[in-house]
Amino acid sequence: MTRAKKRSGCFKMAILGFDEREYFAQGHRACAGCGEALAIRLIMKVAGPNTVVVHCTGCMEVVSTPYPETAWEVPWIHGAFETNSSIASGVERALKAKGKQDVNVLVFGGDGGTYDIGFQGLSGAFERGHNITYVCTDNEAYMNTGIQRSGATPYGASTTTSPAGSNSIGKTEKKKDIMRIIESHHSPYAATASVGYHADLVNKTKKALQTTGPTFLNVYCPCVPGWRTEPADTIKIAKLGVETGATPLYEIEEGVYKLNMPQNPDSLKPIEEYLRLQGRFRHLFRPNRNEDVLAQIQKEADENLARIIALSKK
Amino acid sequence: MEASHAVSEAVKSLEPDVIAAYPITPQTHIVERISEFVANGQIKSEYIRVESEFTAISACLGAQATGVRSYTSTSSQGLALMHEILFIVSGMRLPVLMSVVNRALSAPINIWNDHQDSISERDTGWLQLYVETAQEAYDMTLMQARISEDNRVMLPSMVCMDGFTLSHVYEPVDILEKEKVDAFVPKYKPVHAVLDPEDPLTQGPIGFPSHYMEFRKELCDAVDSSLDVIGEVMKRFNGEFPCQIPMSRPEQYGHIEEYMTEDADFVIVAMGSVCGTIKEAIDQKRREGVKAGLVKIITYRPFPKKLLAETLKGYPKVAVCEKAISPGLGGPLYTELAACLYGISDSPNIRSFIVGLGGKDVKLSHVGKIMDMTAHDKGEKEEWMF
Repeated sequence: MTRAKKRSGCFKMAILGFDEREYFAQGHRACAGCGEALAIRLIMKVAGPNTVVVHCTGCMEVVSTPYPETAWEVPWIHGAFETNSSIASGVERALKAKGKQDVNVLVFGGDGGTYDIGFQGLSGAFERGHNITYVCTDNEAYMNTGIQRSGATPYGASTTTSPAGSNSIGKTEKKKDIMRIIESHHSPYAATASVGYHADLVNKTKKALQTTGPTFLNVYCPCVPGWRTEPADTIKIAKLGVETGATPLYEIEEGVYKLNMPQNPDSLKPIEEYLRLQGRFRHLFRPNRNEDVLAQIQKEADENLARIIALSKK
Repeated sequence: MEASHAVSEAVKSLEPDVIAAYPITPQTHIVERISEFVANGQIKSEYIRVESEFTAISACLGAQATGVRSYTSTSSQGLALMHEILFIVSGMRLPVLMSVVNRALSAPINIWNDHQDSISERDTGWLQLYVETAQEAYDMTLMQARISEDNRVMLPSMVCMDGFTLSHVYEPVDILEKEKVDAFVPKYKPVHAVLDPEDPLTQGPIGFPSHYMEFRKELCDAVDSSLDVIGEVMKRFNGEFPCQIPMSRPEQYGHIEEYMTEDADFVIVAMGSVCGTIKEAIDQKRREGVKAGLVKIITYRPFPKKLLAETLKGYPKVAVCEKAISPGLGGPLYTELAACLYGISDSPNIRSFIVGLGGKDVKLSHVGKIMDMTAHDKGEKEEWMF
């Protein structure tokens, strides 16, 4: 096991009212432009030192803990792919037994560990009402194993197990709506966030950590190799995801919906602007435009947003 | 009382900080009784009513890694569902305590006893102790805590008891006062694994080829050397808690228990509650002049290789009776014993009997037949006793 060493003289970032101290330190082995690493860095600044992190297997676990090194300056544990919520359940109760209920129990999982393989444990932990904050860093496929489709992969995206081809448009199924599933577990606070909107992510992390009970954040995180994008475009693409309505930002607080889009939802950009920058959707544009699929993606995004808007007005 | 309830009493005295369990037949009586203790405020344990055995063992992993004592119990399919995490618990050197109420594995689905479930987990790095009686189930549950949590060991352990034939059978049990248990099993003090914001530690990192094999070697060394600690703890238990109820347990606990072996012409080797039947059969046969003995194995992991080789080498014939099978090879216990005895000058002729799978009765007549076949060298090297 690896003990974090006191660090000095390294690059640190003071943003949004947080001090320079990093709890997810640089030197980890994530790709340039990794959306997940940035999301975690920001979230850890909010969570601070009085936190235990439970992680599932995936890119972030691999890049941050190559024994005997660690990027974590808070206590951190990883068991297996599908165990993060289950381990966190034990951690939370053990802290309670020790009289340390003030410690944040922060659980990270990718979309594989959250939407798919870790789903049962997630459901169990939320039903039992553990005082944990679960953050899904959602990059919409199994990136660690080489970009295979997951339940979070959107319709039309090409992955290594749903490749586009002469007889394939990419993934033929819709992305699973994890938010509605979490909502039906009576979570007191659940929200979507994007690594493109730091202040929103920070505020939602604060809220999630401060709310008692099982809280949930789905953070959209572009993946450079998985989405086949430029490292410098990560933030731009994350922002476009929101600005086009592909990845809408909203909160569900005690069952009440609240849309937090940066612009008027009536003036969204066309979803193509978001898709066009990503290699995983290239086959929808070249060699020929696939009008049917593009129209379908736009339609589903519109309908999803309309549903959230309607719920927000209730 | 039922062996299940004897185990619940032991757990009550150990008062784990966190208990996480999922009910499965025939383990249910243990966790139901523990639930009552919690509901009535008799113990202060945090009881997590998990949605699966997978989460039961994972929650224990998380709790133990936070620096507290954790406990779970399961059977059969539940243990199989834990399989992946069992390796991780031992690999992270977390001394989680488990009671396994042995039951057959599907298919066909079968709720009755054999040892296939826990034997199939023999390579997970957990210590395994097999008991014959309710008293042993109680005593061994106390001893397992002391063994697992010893600084020299720091490994998880399973106490394995037969489903129904032991778990649901009433026997007199000598229950110790809590103060005596507290004195025998000190409060759990983690030596390395604590998720504490005051002292950040990364647990469960990725181990590259540069380090992985070293981790595995350390684990194997720890399992090997736990043999001495187990012996030490048993010896201490014998000294502090002499047998109060005759025949309820060995007078002196050890890795093995020998019964009528001194002058035996051949011995049977077995584990678990079937040893009671075998002892009775030996008594009957001895009245007919057949000199049979029994070697009961209590410590199965670590396997007491030297002790077993020393004990068995003088006998011309050894019959291994076991309730598990490795399809395509044979009885696991038989295979392991044969390996231990290989190359020893006066090693016995060892043969294998598969008994009692899926709750098939092991009657006195079965054991009598096993003894006849062994005494007169009849039958095949491996025999299934239907």
